[in-house]
Amino acid sequence: MSTEKTEWPLWEVFIRSKNGLSHKHVGSIHAADAEMAIENARDVYTRRMEGISIWVVESNNIHASNPQDKEAFFDPANDKIYRHPTFYDIPDEVGHM
Amino acid sequence: MTQVRDFEQEFLDKIEKEVKIEARDWMPDAYRKTLIRQISQHAHSEVVGMLPEANWITRAPSLRRKVALLAKVQDEAGHGLYLYSAVETLGAKREDTIDDMHEGRAKYSNIFNYPTLTWADIGTVGWLVDGAAIQNQVMLTRTSHGPYSRAMVRICKEESFHQRQGYEIVMTLAQGTPEQKEMAQDALNRWWWPSLMMFGPSDAESTHSQQSLAWKIKRQGNDELRQEFIDKTVPQAEYLGLTIPDPDLKWNEERGHYDFGKINWDEFLNVIKGNGPMNRSRLRARKAAKDNGAWVREAATAYAEKKAKRKAQSAA
Repeated sequence: MSTEKTEWPLWEVFIRSKNGLSHKHVGSIHAADAEMAIENARDVYTRRMEGISIWVVESNNIHASNPQDKEAFFDPANDKIYRHPTFYDIPDEVGHM
Repeated sequence: MTQVRDFEQEFLDKIEKEVKIEARDWMPDAYRKTLIRQISQHAHSEVVGMLPEANWITRAPSLRRKVALLAKVQDEAGHGLYLYSAVETLGAKREDTIDDMHEGRAKYSNIFNYPTLTWADIGTVGWLVDGAAIQNQVMLTRTSHGPYSRAMVRICKEESFHQRQGYEIVMTLAQGTPEQKEMAQDALNRWWWPSLMMFGPSDAESTHSQQSLAWKIKRQGNDELRQEFIDKTVPQAEYLGLTIPDPDLKWNEERGHYDFGKINWDEFLNVIKGNGPMNRSRLRARKAAKDNGAWVREAATAYAEKKAKRKAQSAA
């Protein structure tokens, strides 16, 4: 009956809620192309003025770190406490620095 | 020495420490399957839930009521899509889950197998059905699955307008002519018990409850949620001067809760099996929507391909 081709591709949706803030991932949407993805994202994710700018990226094009390698991957930052300001002793008399 | 990682233990530790499980994290197959089933059925419920309300859009009694109902039905479509989006992070295909519903392998909320006979039903559905859904969904904002939890937060924010617009409709009728008040009472009589059934069977008889609670997919049992809903709703009915159709309903000082009558679970099982007043009509409408919309989806794909080709040519 239905000779439907494959489903429309999936797009990840990112929304900037106001100027001064970054775009933030809010979910995904199916659409035939980028233009439709932006319009569908507007209808689904900004019905109450949640955004002033939308980015869509085809889900296939997202590359991600592997959560199972999380420890090893983020470990290098773990023991470098000297990257934080509290590592350094400054007398109180000096005031806020 | 090779260290063998116990992924299941790592998963259980996260659950224990209230760390959300995210899309690509390791999770037991049964956890994934339970979530695919639960979230997709939740999504189907949002979508099927549009049907009984859409039934009244053209007959809403004023423009104010019509725009509100339109916006509510549009929200339900959005809610369905937030949830399908969460399902897809689990590796399921949206259209496969929809086919599961159309072919009877997946369900939607049983409440939508009842008809909306009068305008008072639209008010009562907003008040009670959305009220019961909110009760359940507020609990689910704390679910252990990240994408599901975030969808629930969005949905709960939007849902409270639904319940308020419903209650306002019932209130207008309850304070209207005797005939209008009678309509409101009639709708309450028909929707009260099915609304209580929305929380599902008693925990003692619910097959999925225990494991779901252990995995923190659910955070409260069915009976507890139902009791909270009743305790909240009874004073709302009293304010309207309407009578809840349960002769056994009364405040129990000792428990600090309302006692209520026995729920007719035979009716619930019979409707869920497909014998409710609207089961066939709902499925027929959903299938027709998918089949009759196929050419639109195909045309959009063809148009997107054509546009892409043209763009490639002009770039060359």
